[in-house]
Amino acid sequence: MRERRKMMSNSTSVSDRKQGSKVREFHNSLVYVKQHWQLYVIFLLPALALTLIFKYIPMGGILIAFQEYNPFRGILGSEWVGFSYFKRFLSSPDFMTYLANTLKLSIFGLLWGFPVPIILAFLLNRIQSKGLKKKVQLVLYLPNFISVIVLCGIVKIFLSVTGPVNLLLGTQINFMTMPEAWRTIYIASGIWQGAGWASIMYTAALANASQDLREAAWLDGANILQQIKAVEWPAIKDIVVIQFILQAGNIMSVGFEKAYALQTDLNLASSEIISTYVYKQGLISGNFSFSTAVGLFNTIINVILLLSVNKIVARMNEGQGL
Amino acid sequence: MKDRDYRRFVMNKKKFSSYGVQDKVLLTIGYLLIGLFVLAIIIPVIYIIVASFMDPVTLQNKGITFDFSKWTLTAYQRVISNSQIWVGFKNAVVYSVVFTVVSVGITLLAAYPMSRADFKGRGFFNVIFMITMFFGGGLIPTYLLIGNLGLLDSMWAVILPGAFSVWNMTIARTYYRGIPGEIREAADVDGANEIIYFFKILLPVCTPIIAVLALWQFVAMWNSYFDAMIYLNSSAKQPLQLVLRAILIQSKPEPGMISDMQSTAQRAQLAELLKYATIIISSLPLLVMYPFFQKYFDSGIMAGSVKG
Repeated sequence: MRERRKMMSNSTSVSDRKQGSKVREFHNSLVYVKQHWQLYVIFLLPALALTLIFKYIPMGGILIAFQEYNPFRGILGSEWVGFSYFKRFLSSPDFMTYLANTLKLSIFGLLWGFPVPIILAFLLNRIQSKGLKKKVQLVLYLPNFISVIVLCGIVKIFLSVTGPVNLLLGTQINFMTMPEAWRTIYIASGIWQGAGWASIMYTAALANASQDLREAAWLDGANILQQIKAVEWPAIKDIVVIQFILQAGNIMSVGFEKAYALQTDLNLASSEIISTYVYKQGLISGNFSFSTAVGLFNTIINVILLLSVNKIVARMNEGQGL
Repeated sequence: MKDRDYRRFVMNKKKFSSYGVQDKVLLTIGYLLIGLFVLAIIIPVIYIIVASFMDPVTLQNKGITFDFSKWTLTAYQRVISNSQIWVGFKNAVVYSVVFTVVSVGITLLAAYPMSRADFKGRGFFNVIFMITMFFGGGLIPTYLLIGNLGLLDSMWAVILPGAFSVWNMTIARTYYRGIPGEIREAADVDGANEIIYFFKILLPVCTPIIAVLALWQFVAMWNSYFDAMIYLNSSAKQPLQLVLRAILIQSKPEPGMISDMQSTAQRAQLAELLKYATIIISSLPLLVMYPFFQKYFDSGIMAGSVKG
């Protein structure tokens, strides 16, 4: 980037030869491409082709959100209906419930889930025996390697009417049919599965904390809280901020797979989120246009969130966005 | 220098009794918390292992016992003798391996020109790629495209759309940039020999990042089910996770697994028991592999957290 700016300023400073230099620049580019054709054709083309086919062509397909899409007539032959699908879901109370479910799930998930890996990293950092620390880490990372389906299977088994939780409590509560329990189940199982794994980067950052600072703190006789404040927190602060912002920017993109696997007909009041709704409307009920409109709405909110988050970062981080 | 090393040694080997009262309380609470977290992981795992050896009636009425004489291998026999599980395993291995090779290959290739400061058009391509991280067509337009390409019920529908990962490309690019320029100068390559430089010189020094990316992609494909659920209809093409979904989530085991039972109640009990054995059998491959990859975790996570 910097080099290009330099090149630009060079070419403008010699203003009388501006036109000529532009032509020359274009010529130089051609020579470059000719010389380095391998970079374009062998290295970049596969990725570029996949991107254009599987990412950009579907973007054109968004047009069906504004149509009464008929698969037999295709995009060109279908009737245009403007924003009527958007009006339809924005005025439907059901949709508002799903939107609220999505937001609650990700915001509560972020608030509960975000601090746990950081706390785990601080705790791991206090285990002095290297062997023990490794063993603890091995256990903490383990759930990350269980698939979503298996995790949800385990959750369902443990919470079923005849499952171990009910055996232990001596009750017969069917947790999976309770809308009021669903979010807690989703978030708690997420922490169970992911917190250990997410703590790795904080643990690594803590291991890289300045030895000199640590030594100084130790010589001063700092207690643990003082050490955390002076040595450990500064070592991970940047990563904490970046991670929080990245996750906050993804609030609207709660994954489909786990929510869908934990859904039952009776807990839909809190478990139906936008991604599962888009799937059901589109591929199960065949309302292609309606489903695309909802999906587009979701994407746009997400983009706005990401852009604003990026602005906030840029402001905090001296003009450097993500 | 020696004095300092000694000080650090002492600092890192502090005895519990030498802490102040406040620190002792904090440490105790801390160790307790992490102990609880560890138990919260170990206990369910042990429960599932033990339960998979139970007899269905005992399991439903009393839960697990450690009376080894009552343990049976019924559940495992039934799961292992079911062909659909093995079809699922085979498909999952094929999809995950092909996906990993294609995806990591394309990503590593694309990261190379994108890492070079002299690459003309870099800014333009970068914008093209970055846009896809934030904006996309969504479910239905992608589904219609896959249909139009004739890829429905083909494994390429699961593999190709997500094969190029912009995020992973960024990570590989950052890694390439960290490689000292002397290596390239020593190789003394001109424009014609990019390919030789890339494969013979650059890739061999990038093993850690290749291992990390391959691990990520493999695990991601192995554990996913959504694309397979919407694109693959025939049961011969279903990956493991879809077979598991039927058994674990929908409680619909393969008919052959339980059909010899007389009453509905017996079948339900057996279906419940089969879940445990299925969880163990299906999770074993990744859980056994994972400690061997542990040494790559730190470098991979650091690469993912600091973006260049």
